[in-house]
Amino acid sequence: MSKKDSSLKLNRRKFITAAAVAGASGAVNPAKAATTTTETPQRLPSALPPNAYVAANEAGTPQMPARANGTPGSDFMVDVIKTLDIKYVPANPAASYRGLQESLIDYGKNTMPEFLTCMHEESAVGMCHGYFKATGKPIMTLVHGVVGLQHATMAIYNAWCDRVPVLVIGGNDMDAAHRPPGVPTFHSAQDINAIVRDYTKWDDTPVSAQHFAQSFVRMYKIATTPPYGPVMMSLDGGLQNDAIRDFGEQLYIPKFFASAPPQGDDAAVKEAARLLANAERPVIVVDRAARTQDGVKHLIELAELLQAPVVDQGGRMNFPNTHFLSRPPNVIGQADVVIGMELSDFWNTVNGFVDNGDDGFGKNITKIKPGTKLISISSVDLLTKSNYQDFQRFQSIDISMPGDAEATLPSLIEAVKSSISGNRKDAMTKRGDAIRQAHAKGLEATKQAAAIAWDASPINTARLVTELYAQIKDLDWSLVSTSGNTSGWANRLWPMEKHYQWLGSSGGYGVGYGAPASVGAALGNRDLGRFSVSIQSDGDLMYAPGVLWTAARHKIPLLAVMHNNRGYHQESMHVQRFANFRNRVANNGNDLAPIGTSIMNPDIQYHELAKSMGWWAKGPISDPAELGPAIKEAVNVVKSGQPALVNVLTQPR
Amino acid sequence: MRFVRVSLAAAALAAIVAGTGDARADGDAAKGKIAFTQHGCWQCHDFAGEGSVATSNGKVIARTQLPLDAFISFVRTTDGQMPPFRAAILSDQDLTNIYAYLQSLPAPKAVSDIPLLNSGVRSQ
Repeated sequence: MSKKDSSLKLNRRKFITAAAVAGASGAVNPAKAATTTTETPQRLPSALPPNAYVAANEAGTPQMPARANGTPGSDFMVDVIKTLDIKYVPANPAASYRGLQESLIDYGKNTMPEFLTCMHEESAVGMCHGYFKATGKPIMTLVHGVVGLQHATMAIYNAWCDRVPVLVIGGNDMDAAHRPPGVPTFHSAQDINAIVRDYTKWDDTPVSAQHFAQSFVRMYKIATTPPYGPVMMSLDGGLQNDAIRDFGEQLYIPKFFASAPPQGDDAAVKEAARLLANAERPVIVVDRAARTQDGVKHLIELAELLQAPVVDQGGRMNFPNTHFLSRPPNVIGQADVVIGMELSDFWNTVNGFVDNGDDGFGKNITKIKPGTKLISISSVDLLTKSNYQDFQRFQSIDISMPGDAEATLPSLIEAVKSSISGNRKDAMTKRGDAIRQAHAKGLEATKQAAAIAWDASPINTARLVTELYAQIKDLDWSLVSTSGNTSGWANRLWPMEKHYQWLGSSGGYGVGYGAPASVGAALGNRDLGRFSVSIQSDGDLMYAPGVLWTAARHKIPLLAVMHNNRGYHQESMHVQRFANFRNRVANNGNDLAPIGTSIMNPDIQYHELAKSMGWWAKGPISDPAELGPAIKEAVNVVKSGQPALVNVLTQPR
Repeated sequence: MRFVRVSLAAAALAAIVAGTGDARADGDAAKGKIAFTQHGCWQCHDFAGEGSVATSNGKVIARTQLPLDAFISFVRTTDGQMPPFRAAILSDQDLTNIYAYLQSLPAPKAVSDIPLLNSGVRSQ
């Protein structure tokens, strides 16, 4: 809580008085009242009158002295924020951070960062999430104390699970003696950070301007040191609004220096290399291992060195699916050594769970042979919290290296080179040849699977992604999200070689990530000259569709092709499953799926929804022959700088 | 209550050995399509039986090669990814009709006949 001096108390009282007078004069303008009671109402002009800022500038109205003497705390905060090259602030406006917002747009000239109007805090955080994955640079959001942060929580949890840095500042009027009563007090709390403490890396509540400077730079540093993660600051309204007080120390802004990412222990790296080099069937499994093209390059080098198959679980685009060593998960069953890099769930990588069986608890199965050696490199091991169970089931690991996989790869590669003896090279070459053949066969099988029900209506998801790819393949495209589930067809059929060609999923599986993360990623890609495309599911879009307006408002080009299967399809299957277990016919009501899981009757006209918010849109399309031409039109719109949506009725998966 | 578990292969073998084969292959495909929809088969297998790697381990049931008895036996006893459908909720006749519907689905196109799958997707 910030300390207040007596002059500021006086100012606050004056403010309330002034506000009351202003409100009264605004409500009862004598001249206007006289006009409206004696004359026929005039037609409203087609253009709105100038706002106060414009009028003051045009009329040369003398500026009133600032209400608070000295520099507002929030101006200094803007100075701090600007040192970190934060480009955008997607946020939903709120009274508890009004001081900082005013400073950002007026004192800070609304550049670096630029305020982007959002219609839901979940959208704002989701945008930050997607933006980082497209650019590798974090941005920040502002949320209202209590209610705004409550709206934001699921998206923050997604960022936590997906190991993405998001800077969240929550306004909070802490001084009960001075904050306005009523609504602002409902929206204040002793400790708003407590709402998200279980799934943020760090939080703080600064009590002075200097404290803010330290905390903001610190939170940026913590968020961007692997393992990445969201961070939170509760920002007192008084601290924003009051003039900076002299504590007898010159205010300063700490300089930011990025931390070196943690690496695996040298001895453990050498032992892991020895195991890999001497394995008969080593398998590399990656989830969020590569965050840059360098990471992709190093993974290729390691895989080629070992002639080992790579299973990309898709948390990021880690390994090119066009490389002959790219293989599906079933190769894990043949492994004698498995190295997992930044896996979100190692247990489920080498084991499985079948939601069936007579005992009602499901069945656990192992996917690996007895004696298979397991190696892990994961920065997440350096940060585990207790409450939320994102750490998944415990898996015993032979060599566990808490450290950043991408940062550890160069030393692992060198250690493997040193460990490979000459008499192993022939065996490795033969292994590689066999994998190459299997890779080619796998691609043919994938295409054959895609051909099944090619002409079906609703449209087959394999056809959906193939028609889409045909229209974007010559562009520098980035698949920013595939919400819902399209059976991984894009990752199976599109050639993915660049790290930004697939940005991964939500992390926490909180539905509602797809739309805002896509818009955020498209914002980042826009500035980098890339073409953004998303496969947008119906259920995901309806959590907070207002983000469509944000995209149109801020001219964020994004092609959203809908996977509209008209239901919460995963939940349909869950309820059906339990009806079967209980020997009952599932009650579908008047829909296709069990009651409560369909999104139909009426069908939502997503293309009309998008149009209403400024998007070019077309649909609903259920004839596969119409799909390609519609997407082609949409691509041209997006190339012109606008967002476009194609509403496609699809098969369930 | 415990049910007898019969693996897919064993069920197929049993059906063949018993010689029942497709003895009840007098299903009504139109009724089968309705049952396929009403009983939620489409949820994992899609409306055209093409299936998904995400829901049916990539298994395709359109024009299934299983004999009818093996098909019914599997649906009754599966303890894998698919939940079982007992006779109380899906009769043999319904399953026979569904089987007929699955057999009535068109054969997939050859990849070579789909230009987009040749030039429009990854080639390696």
